[in-house]
Amino acid sequence: MNRGGSGPAATGSFGVDDLTVAYHGRVAVAGVDLEVPAGTVTAVVGGDGAGKTSLLRAMVGAVPPERGRVRRPSSTQIGYLSAGPGVWRDLTVAENLEFSGTAYGLGGRALRERADRLLARTGLAGAADRLGAQLSGGMRQKLALAMALLHEPALLVLDEPTTGVDPVSRAELWRLVAGAAAAGAAVVLATTYLDEAERAAWVLVLDQGDPLLAGAPDELVGGVPGMMFDSPSRPDRGASWRRGARWRTWSRDGGAAPPGARRVDPDLEDAVIVAALDRHARAAAGARDGRAA
Amino acid sequence: MLAMVIKEFRQLRRDHRTLAMLIVMPLLMLTVFGYAASFDVPEVRTVVVGPGAEQAAGSLPEQLEVVAMRPSDGRTEAVEELRDGKATVAVVTGAQPAVLVDGADLFGARAAVQAFSERAAASSGTQAGPAMRPEVLFNPDLETSAIMIPGLVGIILVFVGTLATSLGVVRERQSGTLEQLAVMPLRPRDVFLGKILPYFAVATVDLVVILGVGIILFDVPFRGSPAVLALASLEFLFVTLGFGVLISSVSENQGQAIQLALMTLLPQVLLSGLIFPLQAMAAGVRWIGYVLPLTYFIQISRGVMVRGAPLEALVFPLTALAVLGLVVFALAVVRFRRDLAPADRGRRHRRTEAAPAAGGAR
Repeated sequence: MNRGGSGPAATGSFGVDDLTVAYHGRVAVAGVDLEVPAGTVTAVVGGDGAGKTSLLRAMVGAVPPERGRVRRPSSTQIGYLSAGPGVWRDLTVAENLEFSGTAYGLGGRALRERADRLLARTGLAGAADRLGAQLSGGMRQKLALAMALLHEPALLVLDEPTTGVDPVSRAELWRLVAGAAAAGAAVVLATTYLDEAERAAWVLVLDQGDPLLAGAPDELVGGVPGMMFDSPSRPDRGASWRRGARWRTWSRDGGAAPPGARRVDPDLEDAVIVAALDRHARAAAGARDGRAA
Repeated sequence: MLAMVIKEFRQLRRDHRTLAMLIVMPLLMLTVFGYAASFDVPEVRTVVVGPGAEQAAGSLPEQLEVVAMRPSDGRTEAVEELRDGKATVAVVTGAQPAVLVDGADLFGARAAVQAFSERAAASSGTQAGPAMRPEVLFNPDLETSAIMIPGLVGIILVFVGTLATSLGVVRERQSGTLEQLAVMPLRPRDVFLGKILPYFAVATVDLVVILGVGIILFDVPFRGSPAVLALASLEFLFVTLGFGVLISSVSENQGQAIQLALMTLLPQVLLSGLIFPLQAMAAGVRWIGYVLPLTYFIQISRGVMVRGAPLEALVFPLTALAVLGLVVFALAVVRFRRDLAPADRGRRHRRTEAAPAAGGAR
């Protein structure tokens, strides 16, 4: 599943080719291809255990690939926000930034200026002397992102940077991420929020370690087969799932709307759910055929 | 309540470390207190020197085990034998007969003094005669503090080196920052040394403070070379810091690290000769003591401080510590590197390799 010609220019980009990651024989990511071009945001989405973290860890070199190839810059050019807090709890905000900057070879005035600028942009300037342990979840994520951005990396790898963060902080974090991409960084981030993934230039959907879908969000949404319906209650036919207080129903063959339902255009969440349903239906059919044979 | 009990048993069954501690600790205690917890030294190593050495050796109390007879040597050589830790008692015969006892071997010395006292009380005209009155050297009052404080220095170094270091490294793993360090452009060597050097410095300060307090408050002598003790401390710290890093590499949280650190600390306290003399232990248990680093550090610290033993007399324990240090430290470096450079490990072992960096500059 390659980005191929339909995605942004792949020249000089980072990524993985036919990547497989396994832990003690248990495969976490199987045969994944991904291009992460400079100047764009690439989103990796999927449920719990889909392999998002393993893919990103392999990209930054925190876990060796079982098979395949990882294309990444030198470690001085990687900015990484791990799934854990990634912030030293017993260092202050300023000390965290200072240590991170020093580790990446920054120092003196350049480090101070960049740190001050990021503190201002993340709204952490007033908390510079607070310990990492005393920060709220959102503030800690902002600090972790500031640490990843401090050395202006060529490749920015962010593992669920907005999970557990309030909507206002999420918007602020996204502003920083988009800013880094606009400045030329290749950004790849994992998220469970599909509304966030819609902002990315390219989306890779993982399902239990396997690539399920890949493409630009518009392409994925436009490629949903059949028809999508919205209704206030669960219809008695078709594949249905909850969307807030309402129900979505997907019909592969189209046809008339279920009673009380109206046809709607699918969004990225619908596209992912339909792809997952489709895969599971095909797997079930394959299993039935196998038993019959 | 039954549900609670079942839950607790299920958790305990899966907590292998606690289970091991609950099973191993009673066995260890039983072994230690059954075979090792004894202050009674059955045989006291003795050298006999001077022209009447052979005759005197035959008339010594039964508890004294003659390990060497040197008719051509005199008192000076006998004192050197004790200073170098080759024997606990030296019997000098000739014009000025004497029984010299090494007070640094507290329990051996007490056993020897008691044996000679009983001999004197039982018979008043033996061949050894009244001249065979023991003269205790190095620790004349047989003070416990004089031998405990040099040993305590070792315990402090184990505590700081192993426990504090393992907690420091595990804290990084637990908080997710170890992975951050692994991804940063830091060499594993720099992270390793940067992680342990502060503990090394703290342990060194502790060492100096304990020694100062021991010498000033408890009148513990310091007769030997500080350089030799510094060398031994350096070697010993390599072992304890290495243990700390090794423990951290197999611990997922600080509780596990404390458990493992205590499991390495306890045998060292009990079987190193710090409290119970090695000579008083059953042979099997004593050999466990011979693979523990604290055993050798205590031999050196007591030798240097109390007896003033020179470097040449401590070559064996110094070498043993160096070997243990090399082995443990090398294992620690390998384990730590595995945590910090997993991609390199993959590059060496996997069929298809991760590509080197592709065009970093923008």
